[in-house]
Amino acid sequence: MSVLVFTENWDGKFKKLSYELVSYASAIAGMMNMKLTAFTIGRTGEEELKELGRYGADRILSLVNPALEVMDNRAWAKVIADLAEKEGSKVVVFSNNMTGKALAPRVSVRLKAGIASGVSRLPVSTQPFTVYKRAYSGNAFAGVVIKSEIKILTLAQNSYEIIEKPTGAIPETVEVEVDPSLAVTTITETQKQTGKMLLTDAEIVVSGGRGMKSADNWAPLVELASLLNGATACSRPVSDEGWRPHEEHTGQTGKIIAPNLYIAVGISGATQHLAGVSSSKYIVAINNDKDAPIFEAAQYGIVGDAMKVLPKLVEAVKTLKK
Amino acid sequence: MKILVCISNVPDTTTRIKFLEGNASIDTSGIQWVINPWDELSLTRALELRDDPGSGVKTVTVAHAGPASSEPTIRKALAIGADDAIRVNCEPADAFFTASQLAAAISKEGFDIIICGIESSDFNGSAVGGMISEFLGIPSVSSVSGLSIENGVPVFTREIDGGRESLKVPVPCVAIVQKGIAKEPRIASMRGIMAARTKPVRVYEAVDTDCLTEIAGFEKPAPRAECKYIDPDDPARLIELLQNEARVI
Repeated sequence: MSVLVFTENWDGKFKKLSYELVSYASAIAGMMNMKLTAFTIGRTGEEELKELGRYGADRILSLVNPALEVMDNRAWAKVIADLAEKEGSKVVVFSNNMTGKALAPRVSVRLKAGIASGVSRLPVSTQPFTVYKRAYSGNAFAGVVIKSEIKILTLAQNSYEIIEKPTGAIPETVEVEVDPSLAVTTITETQKQTGKMLLTDAEIVVSGGRGMKSADNWAPLVELASLLNGATACSRPVSDEGWRPHEEHTGQTGKIIAPNLYIAVGISGATQHLAGVSSSKYIVAINNDKDAPIFEAAQYGIVGDAMKVLPKLVEAVKTLKK
Repeated sequence: MKILVCISNVPDTTTRIKFLEGNASIDTSGIQWVINPWDELSLTRALELRDDPGSGVKTVTVAHAGPASSEPTIRKALAIGADDAIRVNCEPADAFFTASQLAAAISKEGFDIIICGIESSDFNGSAVGGMISEFLGIPSVSSVSGLSIENGVPVFTREIDGGRESLKVPVPCVAIVQKGIAKEPRIASMRGIMAARTKPVRVYEAVDTDCLTEIAGFEKPAPRAECKYIDPDDPARLIELLQNEARVI
């Protein structure tokens, strides 16, 4: 009996979110007196795999088969479910990212395992298995009791601390069987920006709304984000107007993020926008309108003209860095 | 080609969520029920494709698992332009239960592309679409931000970390969609509202299936600390606080 955690790799590399997942799954394994197996799909370097052992993985597997090179949801879900059955896994943990959302539901049906998605804390009890997850677009947490024998959890990014728990586990590469008729996804074109930090990975985000007045005013905001080693984001009207790329739209129908620090500049704080950022550890609001609802969600606020405040913030950070 | 769009019924996002009896359940009094925003965008895209004579899409059906009291939401979807509807008569319990019901009804008909919104704005489960595809044993594509039909073949745009991909998947398949699938939700016209009254809604009785999870109760997020205001003439103080007090930079 074990806990199983899917640690996706990006071109053979793991990220901070991978270690958060292992730490979380390891804590659950501890609660249930079980061992933890971490696995990835696709050939991954030995050193990279060993890192998972630093955070509590007792077994580390890299599953390979040429038919798995392109992520086909159905083919990958079968491989994962088969592994869970083989390992006797009672809990299977995924990230609540795009890959997790694509795979967890299919694995759930294969294993007849109930899902709690978007969890941010450990279960409050294992008998019955009860865990709280994000609901009502961030306005509430729902306590979910998973009644099935096998449980699936998808963990929200940046919600669980990384904890060192070295096991010294030696990774294994496993050639898995895949029915090639299941893998039917073909990619015809890829457009990818490499080197730029992903908004969902950023610990600090500086975001602009309609109060920025025009696309031409973004330079100081971009500079501030860069100085803080953060990413830039925007509200929906800004992305709809084409002032900023669609990928930057944070909000209910855009990206849901949970950075340590979210600086909202010229954003009024409509419910739909807050739904995308309410799990941020700290929210800072800079807005000319003292009655803007964003100030109710923020821990720090400046009522003022963004165009005057931003350059001063940039200067202050530059001074700090000296 | 026949498209099916699964729709769920959710409280309007601006609704203030309140709980009853010690946070055990949601207070549904006064809630305005609407079509889940992602499902509305899915429906819009499906209708755009149907209305394009070159696409090969002949009909757009909506499917919903819910009791008779959900009829208004179904009629709304028909008013927006769907041709007909399927309702599975049940109380939608958890995702597994709901997906199982929808899959059973869907398999009695037959569709080329089944579109589901990535999640519902109330439970944020992100599960039903993927589960339907596994119950039906067909391929799925997730994080879909674009759908077009080229020479009778659907082409999907899938969001990936740092960008997007165009991909092809044979039909029948399930597309689990998110933002980008349509710019704005289509609005029902007066004519649409009139026509919706007589469009067919086929009702299927619930099949015997399990519910794997239950809600134990709710919790409100911890109240946020009062906002600390910084003098706009001294923004450097903010940086200081973020460094020394919040310790986030």
